[in-house]
Amino acid sequence: MNPVTLYNNDIFTNVPVEAPVERNFYPYADNGGTSLGIAGADFCLMASDTRKSSGYSIHSRYSPKAFKLTEKAVLATNGFAADGLALTKRLGQKLEWYKHAHDKEMSTPALAQMLANTLYYKRFFPYYTFNLLGGIDEQGRGVLYSFDPVGSMGTEVCRAGGSSAALIQPFLDNQVALKNQQGVQQTPLSLEAAIRITKDSFTSATERDIYTGDYLEIFIIRQEGTTIERIDLKKD
Amino acid sequence: MVTKLEQPKGGFNFDNYQRNVALEKKGITFPKMTKTGTTIVGLIYKDGICLGADTRATAGPIVADKNCEKIHYLAPNMYCCGAGTAADTEFTTALISSQLELHRLTTGREARVATALIMLKQMLFRYQGHIGAALVLGGYDVTGPNLYTIHPHGSTDKLPYVTMGSGSLAAMAVFESKWRKDLERQEAIDLVREAIESGIFNDLGSGSNVDVTVIEKGKIDVYRNYAKPNERGVKEQSYKFKRGTTAILKESIRDIVAITEGIEEMDIS
Amino acid sequence: MNQFSLNFDRENYHEKPKNDIFADAITRTQQPIVTGTSVLAFKYKDGIMLAADTLASYGSLARFTNIQRLYPVGDFTIIAASGDISDFQYVQHLLDTVMVEEYYTNDGHVLRTQNIYEYLSRVMYGRRSRFNPLWNSYVVGGYNDGEKFLGYVDLLGTTYQSSTIATGFGGYLAQPILRKAVEGREDTLTETEAIEIMNSCMKVLYYRDARSFNKFQRAKITAEGVEISGPYKAETQWDFAEGLRGYGP
Repeated sequence: MNPVTLYNNDIFTNVPVEAPVERNFYPYADNGGTSLGIAGADFCLMASDTRKSSGYSIHSRYSPKAFKLTEKAVLATNGFAADGLALTKRLGQKLEWYKHAHDKEMSTPALAQMLANTLYYKRFFPYYTFNLLGGIDEQGRGVLYSFDPVGSMGTEVCRAGGSSAALIQPFLDNQVALKNQQGVQQTPLSLEAAIRITKDSFTSATERDIYTGDYLEIFIIRQEGTTIERIDLKKD
Repeated sequence: MVTKLEQPKGGFNFDNYQRNVALEKKGITFPKMTKTGTTIVGLIYKDGICLGADTRATAGPIVADKNCEKIHYLAPNMYCCGAGTAADTEFTTALISSQLELHRLTTGREARVATALIMLKQMLFRYQGHIGAALVLGGYDVTGPNLYTIHPHGSTDKLPYVTMGSGSLAAMAVFESKWRKDLERQEAIDLVREAIESGIFNDLGSGSNVDVTVIEKGKIDVYRNYAKPNERGVKEQSYKFKRGTTAILKESIRDIVAITEGIEEMDIS
Repeated sequence: MNQFSLNFDRENYHEKPKNDIFADAITRTQQPIVTGTSVLAFKYKDGIMLAADTLASYGSLARFTNIQRLYPVGDFTIIAASGDISDFQYVQHLLDTVMVEEYYTNDGHVLRTQNIYEYLSRVMYGRRSRFNPLWNSYVVGGYNDGEKFLGYVDLLGTTYQSSTIATGFGGYLAQPILRKAVEGREDTLTETEAIEIMNSCMKVLYYRDARSFNKFQRAKITAEGVEISGPYKAETQWDFAEGLRGYGP
């Protein structure tokens, strides 16, 4: 191209430019709900409530937002549910391809990294989801990862996400990570204790957060496999 | 030429409102008000009025009070349900209640519900909607049973069955499909309960318990927590800490010293 | 009058400037124009029942009073829309195309309700992701091999399945009634009971939704297939208004 034409006022008539379209449309919504994850020595616990809401309305009392991605990993999504579902679907597809390409299931740490990459891939039109990925690694140890909407990843022992995160996280820090407690011995948390703390976290969050309630699903991921427990929460 | 602006001598001015808008634009955040994102209802039945309310108060997404009282006393023959800004509904009804008491003492008669209605609507209209009180007013006087709604801007409605608050549609749906003229007392209470529960379970701004107040000629029954459809379950474990769990960062022990000084004479000048 | 400042020195100043890349931009905010209000749907013993009134509003004008908002797709699926009617008609066309393609592929497969729902959901989510949404809320109901299906999808791509669904204003007015009447009784409610519940909800909507109309259609999807019936009229009662006087004392 002749560089002179760059200074020509008619440049715009020569270059095909798609006309920008201005629209007032906000592509996100907050569908509420809360998730929680606890990584133990040989297990990982993932829990989510199942209420899907918008504004002051309950869309659905049972609309799960935690999904078993592999035999050894569960993903809990919070925030904008449509993005959460799209993301889950995309990860499921990638995992399928991985299985066919490598003849094995993806490990949980690898899946965590893939999730971070998938989120960052949409850095400038993010999936508006706050994700928790929990499972067991190749050595059978419980692992838990948390993500922000654009892919920043962190390794955790216990984490709450979603509308009640600020209510539950301090409780978890105190009861699971035993923060701010003097003279307690650091014994590894048993699965039974983790389940009790999880149930109390959610019944308490249901009391004080209007977006949390209806049902609770608890996934327990162990070397032997993954189990689901469903519990009633208050419906007001 | 300089124009001199005189401060008006009487009437209302909304300078502080303008000031607050300007401050807000500068980025100052104001304290969050507790809203009673609410379901409140009232209906006329054969012998009187039945009022109902849920008991949840919210501050944004957080439940501020799980068992608050939204049916306020106005006069011996009148009660008033409040939705909107909690402080506004409480203070407005308390203020009018006090004025009604004085009115009763000066006139030597029981105040009429219409009197309370006019006082409430004129006050709310004067404040141009800045007092965020949405009310359901019910009472029984010489004219019989009276039921009104009052909106924050001061407009009123006079209807046989009314609902207000964020759960008003859920409650109204129940009334529209089941209300009929001359309900019996228990039927009225049951319908009010169903309307409030419709709000409690379908509107996130409403929750917890059902309060009911029944107003008949010369008789008012207040049923606080008439229904409790949302009892909290038992916790899985106790969270009592062992003594000494909280770290002591600094310790300093002082003797108690009692100092008694001469009492100063009161200034009565 | 010269509206285009970039063009002020040209002879044909009244024409669009050629060097303004925003010249062809649509500067209107996209919004629904001709709209339909609530859609109601729930599960009952024999399958799925849906209802929607026949009004298409133009703002607050009741513009078209005989518009069908329940649309069969294949033999065992119905989609029902609230929101923009032109977008709905586009979706009808889109789904028809898909169904025709599926038919002449002639591979022995027939699209089930779940497949149609998935397809529609992806279309809706895809459009919102391109910032060009189809301004609707859809209810997809179906009955395939003894299995009931009822799903929702809106302009944001938000989806959920539930035994009762109400879009728009119905979400506030009808959903509470539906939940109380239907939840836990999905497999026992008879058709007569279902019709009664539906009629009572449509009546409440007509009473309280200012964009509604007292002429509606019902649809059912059962083992026999889809059946859209009506129009019906809700039995209304206004005689209590006789005693109403004023707004105060």
